[in-house]
This record gives sequence, structure tokens and C-alpha cells, in this order.
Amino acid sequence: MAFVRHILVVAWKDLHLELRTKEVINASLSFALVILLLFSFAFDPTAEQTREISGGLLWLVFAFAGTLIVNRSFSRELSNDCLDALIVSPVSGAALFLGKCLGNVTLLLAVELISLPVFGAFYNVPWTRQFCPLFLVLGLASWGLAIIGTMFSALTANLKLRELMLPVLVYPLMIPGLMAAIQLTTPLVAGQPLSGDLLGWLKLLVGFDVIFTALALALVETILVG
Amino acid sequence: MIFLTGLAAVLLGRNLYVMLLRLPDEAMQGPIYRIIFFHVPSAWTAFTGFFAAMVASIIFLAKKDLRFDALAVSVTEVGLAFGAANLITGMIWGRIIWGIWWTWDPRLTSMLICWLLYLGYLMLRRAVEEPIERAKLSAVLSIFAFADVPVVFFSIKWWRTQHPQPVVWAGGSMDLAMWNMLFLNWVPLLLLGVVLVAVRMRQEEAERELAALRRRAHAL
Repeated sequence: MAFVRHILVVAWKDLHLELRTKEVINASLSFALVILLLFSFAFDPTAEQTREISGGLLWLVFAFAGTLIVNRSFSRELSNDCLDALIVSPVSGAALFLGKCLGNVTLLLAVELISLPVFGAFYNVPWTRQFCPLFLVLGLASWGLAIIGTMFSALTANLKLRELMLPVLVYPLMIPGLMAAIQLTTPLVAGQPLSGDLLGWLKLLVGFDVIFTALALALVETILVG
Repeated sequence: MIFLTGLAAVLLGRNLYVMLLRLPDEAMQGPIYRIIFFHVPSAWTAFTGFFAAMVASIIFLAKKDLRFDALAVSVTEVGLAFGAANLITGMIWGRIIWGIWWTWDPRLTSMLICWLLYLGYLMLRRAVEEPIERAKLSAVLSIFAFADVPVVFFSIKWWRTQHPQPVVWAGGSMDLAMWNMLFLNWVPLLLLGVVLVAVRMRQEEAERELAALRRRAHAL
């Protein structure tokens, strides 16, 4: 029970901090909007074509914007030695990590849920027809992105080049999860139900989340404490 | 080590002789098919290296002995070199048989992703200066990367089999003599890999000694 409470406390602390400063969410949202705008120059979008590549477009936006969110997750605790204080506090490394993950997933979902209507309006795509399954996919894939992103945010927290290192390290690792999310999002946005081949991709996404959550929990203490 | 190098050279010489002068040209592809004797064993050697890197990384995290970190970085570097050899020989073959340098075929794509994963490992090492910290962080990355390898292969294969394959292998099965050569040529490549790892490890150790001496000089 204490473990769950610790997770929630850390997540609430991060979200509270973010609600006061709004630095990460503002940057991430405006970045998402800029990429959505840039896509309109990259190809001449007719509604039909856009629907066929909607998953790829959306997840590129989410992955790029998501890196901005996780980037400072641990490094912002460095000032005033907050990170050391968190590590010596009774909160275990795993709870600290999961709390930060939970905070990042919430922010990521917020960015996604704001970007989606904008995407729908810009590219004339009615995306709400399969909203509940789409939300499930958003949640699962965002969890995967947040786990890997937060883990590597902890890993690169002390590096001078962390803003450069994080994307290089996390994007190749995220490929299976991103691919499953893309394969699922395109038909869901087009209004197809979640069935057949799509269930296989859903399983892959769940498996991806489980593998990396377990691995991250096993290794996070090593990174934080040594 | 000199013995191993010599053995690798002799075996390679013998294999090249059989490959070039004894084995006939392949019926559909002609002489270029021989590149496979380097292409496929390179991939095997690369993955042996990545696996060894994961094992060395786990041992490092358990024992905190920097020798295992040196081993991990050495096998990763050698693995990357063989991975590059695999990708490049594959592209040369593809240019001649398929007429294109690259296609998003499952195996090509997966190999490229793995290669990029381990390139990240080397970049991370460049970014950390403190040796113990560097060893620790890169060990964690190495474990993450190797856990990703099977997931990448599985998902990419699945992704591609849902689409029509752009290019299909010409023949289904290979002659036994050619199969044997594939494995026979793996031996010298693996030996070469071992020698390179040994050289690289010695270098790593010398580097650590130098750093220690420099620190002592600073202290004085």
C-alpha cells in the first residue's frame, strides 16, 4: 500500500510542479502544433491519403513531443540536490520511477488529446468514430514511450549532452512499440473496429510495455543509487 | 593471439580457395552469390558479439569489475564492425541481384535498427567521463538494447509479412556444399572477432592505466 501511495505522491508532485510552471507542456504542445503544420508542406494532403498515413503522422508528432516531456523529468531535480533528497527519502527507486512515469504519461496523454482534434481539423479527418479503442491504444503506447523515455531520462540526467543523447538512444528502442501504435491507430482513426490482425498488434504493444516495465524496474535502482 | 590470427588466416585462405575455385557458380545468380559466405557469418558474429556484450554487462553490474566493462565495449565495437560488414555486403549483393541498393525487407530493416541501437551505446560512452559511471550506464543500455533485439525482429517480420514482399529470394534451398561453406567460413570470422576483441581489450586496459597515471601526476 505504501508503495502505491509513494507512486501517487511522486506523480502528484511532478504534475503539481508542471501545473505551476507549465514549461514542459507549453513547449511540447507548441512543438506538436509546429510539426502538424510542417507535415502540410511535406505532402499535399487530400483527405483520403491523410487517412492512410494518419497513424504514422500522429505517432511521429507524439514521439517528438513526448521526448520534450520526458527529457527534463530527472534532470530538473538536479538543482538544489533534489534528486539526492528523493533518493535518500523512504520512497524506493522503483516507486520514484513509476511515479515519474505516471506523471509523464498524464502529460503525454494531455498533449495527445489536444493534438488529435487539431489534426482532425487541419487534415479534415473524422477521428472520433472509434474513440474508446483509440484511447486504449494511446494509453498503452504512451506508457511504453514514457517507460523508456523516463528510464533514459534518469540514465542521462547527469550528462552534459543529455538533450542530444536522449533522442539518439530512445527512438531506436521505441521502434517496436511505435510500430504497433502506428499499425493500430491508422485503422482506428479510419473507423474500423478493433479486431482480426489488429488484436495481434495490441498484444505486441502490451508485451512491449510488460517487457520494458519489468526491465526498467529491475535496473532503475542501479542507475539511481549505483 | 598470434596463433589465433594465423589460424584465422589459414582457414580463410583455404575457404577462399574452395569458394572461388571449387564451388560452381549458382544457377540463378552467377558468381555474386559467393558474397553470402561473408554476409551471413558476419551477421552471426555480430549477434554473438551483442549477446556477449549483454552477458558481460550483467556480470559488470553484479561484480563492478571494470574488466567486464572493457569486454562489453570491445565485443560491442567488434559486433558493430561485423554488423556493418553484413549490411554493406548485403547492399552490394542487392544492387547486383535486385538492382537496388536497399529495400525495406524485414531482415535488412531489423539489422539496421540493431546497428543503430548499438551505435547509441558507443555514443553514450563518449558522453560520460567518469569510468565507473560510464560502465554502469552503458551496461544498462546494453541490456535494454539486447532485450529489444528479439522484439524488433518479431515485429518487423510481422509488419512486412502483412504487406506484399517487394523482392523474393530467387531459390528456396541451398546445396549442401554451399551450406557447409557458410558454417566453415564462420570459424575464421569468429576467430578474427576474438583477436580483435583481445586487441581492443588490451587497448582499453592501457587507456585506464594512462588515466590513473595522469590522475596521480595531477595529485603531485
